[in-house]
Amino acid sequence: MAQANARVLPGYRLSISFTLFYLSVLVIIPLGACVVTATQLSWEQFRAAVWTERARAAYALTFGAALVAATISGVVGLLIAWVLVRYEFPGKRIVDSLVDLPFALPTAVAGLVFSNLYVANGWLGRFLVPLGIEGAYSRFAIVLVLTFIGFPFVVRTLQPVLEALDTEAEEAAALLGASRWQTFRRITLPALLPGLLTGFALAFARGLGEYGSVVFVSGNMPFKTEIAAFLIVSRLEEGRPNSYREATAIATVLLCASFLMLVVINRLEALSRRA
Amino acid sequence: MSITAQNVTKRFGDFVALDNVTVECPAGALVALLGPSGGGKTTLLRIIAGLEVPDSGTVLFRDDDISKRSARDRNVGFVFQHYALFRHMTVFENVAFGLRVRKWPEQKVRDRVKELLHLVRLEEKAAQYPANLSGGQKQRIALVRALAPEPKVLLLDEPFGALDAKVRAELRDWLRRFHDELHVTSIFVTHDQEEAFEVADRVVVLNKGRIEQQGMPIEVFEHPANEFVMDFLGNVNKLPVRVEGGRALLGETGTVELPAKLFGNGASGRTDAYIRPHELDISRTADGGNCMLGRIVHINPAGSVVKVRLLAEDFGLMINVDVTPDRYKALALKPNETVYVTPKSAKIFESDYSI
Repeated sequence: MAQANARVLPGYRLSISFTLFYLSVLVIIPLGACVVTATQLSWEQFRAAVWTERARAAYALTFGAALVAATISGVVGLLIAWVLVRYEFPGKRIVDSLVDLPFALPTAVAGLVFSNLYVANGWLGRFLVPLGIEGAYSRFAIVLVLTFIGFPFVVRTLQPVLEALDTEAEEAAALLGASRWQTFRRITLPALLPGLLTGFALAFARGLGEYGSVVFVSGNMPFKTEIAAFLIVSRLEEGRPNSYREATAIATVLLCASFLMLVVINRLEALSRRA
Repeated sequence: MSITAQNVTKRFGDFVALDNVTVECPAGALVALLGPSGGGKTTLLRIIAGLEVPDSGTVLFRDDDISKRSARDRNVGFVFQHYALFRHMTVFENVAFGLRVRKWPEQKVRDRVKELLHLVRLEEKAAQYPANLSGGQKQRIALVRALAPEPKVLLLDEPFGALDAKVRAELRDWLRRFHDELHVTSIFVTHDQEEAFEVADRVVVLNKGRIEQQGMPIEVFEHPANEFVMDFLGNVNKLPVRVEGGRALLGETGTVELPAKLFGNGASGRTDAYIRPHELDISRTADGGNCMLGRIVHINPAGSVVKVRLLAEDFGLMINVDVTPDRYKALALKPNETVYVTPKSAKIFESDYSI
């Protein structure tokens, strides 16, 4: 083991110990505690807490909205990364730094701004609402903010991949008679796919965990626009003896589902990298 | 199909890559674009392929002006220096790509790819990914991938530049064979004069965006048009001479006369003379008298001629001389010996005849 990890730079023991310690303190112990708290409920109580109709609607919305938003982020992020890497234009550096803004912005600010823009008398809402596009207090609103928060992940993971991409392969494809679309679909996209999936996974994970902005824009209507994280908060606020445990039970379900989805995406990414 | 690039000019910002260049490649010829890097040869090749748009000038295939056609519609085979294989596709799919986008029927695609892989003896690699191939194998695949859709024109950009000497020689043979068997018109870019002379029917020497000379290899080698070509073709001794009374004399004060043809009215002045290593002779005695003394610095006997490096101390010059192995044995040369070196012929170019 020590032999296999002998490197020019020393510090294997120290760094692996630190990594394990760090992961334990920050990830494994808190999440473990959550699971342990939830198991204090009996099986029936657990089921009753996590599998109500309202809870199922919340799960579906949380995962569905995150999935849709991550997909949109994938497309939009690819486009932005493409423009930033392949073209020169005035103000390019400003656009490049604007991409980072959603990272730095407190998400509550994003939620506030979006809900103000899209309400019936907001700047955009006054045109969109009459057309039947409800950009505030709707599921569409949730997707909107999650896309805003998620696309920078895609841009930032794709940029280095695009920069390193072999443009000669694209030229070779064109010279062999491929159309632009064929070149993009059969040559460029497969090379970008692992990066695109990584960006997608990050945006998706971020969307699953997002709370701050969503509570502002969604309206939190049970069965309609209530996300799972909000359900946890409302459970806690009920203040019944078992409320806290029921909240952690829902959290445990979210935790397991998120973990499972990330494992699946990572698998897909590994597959696309090998091909 | 003949290829003609007419009055092609291309600038990148202030840099003039091609300055009103005209090149003609007769149908079925294998032409080498030869020159130092930055000379414009790759740019010219990319313009012919349609990967680069010239600022002015036209490209003709036979008599058709194809300047406005995209790379996709020019139907040329192109081979890149760094192969540009599709990394996520198997060797088979790489070669099949040009056929698939042309919607060939599946059976024909299979037959054609198999036939091509057989030609380059890589059938057993069909299911592998390019990452598992050696450099030479990759370039063979790139070559047949370019040839798969049966192009009439084959363009190669420094195709052997990234390969080691032995693989290079092998691939040159492949190229020459394919070129002859498939009846294509080929242009390849190289900075290696030996490669150009070995493979090409015709050599175009490009430097600083201009054509210095073009012609058959033998013409270019035996009658270099100017100093640059002479120098670039390599293996030449450049010696300072002074011209006095219609005679070229070596050095500032020396009396060794170079048997070179002089131009103009034979006015006095200083210039450089060029002598190829085989145009010098080594002897133990100063027979004719018209010779210089040289001390042997290095002997390289590996090759069909023995390369001897000497220091002519009287002139402070390093001189390369090629002698035949027989002559080398007869003279029994050893390093640090001092011998006589006699020039048999030399070249002086008019252009740098300065007074």
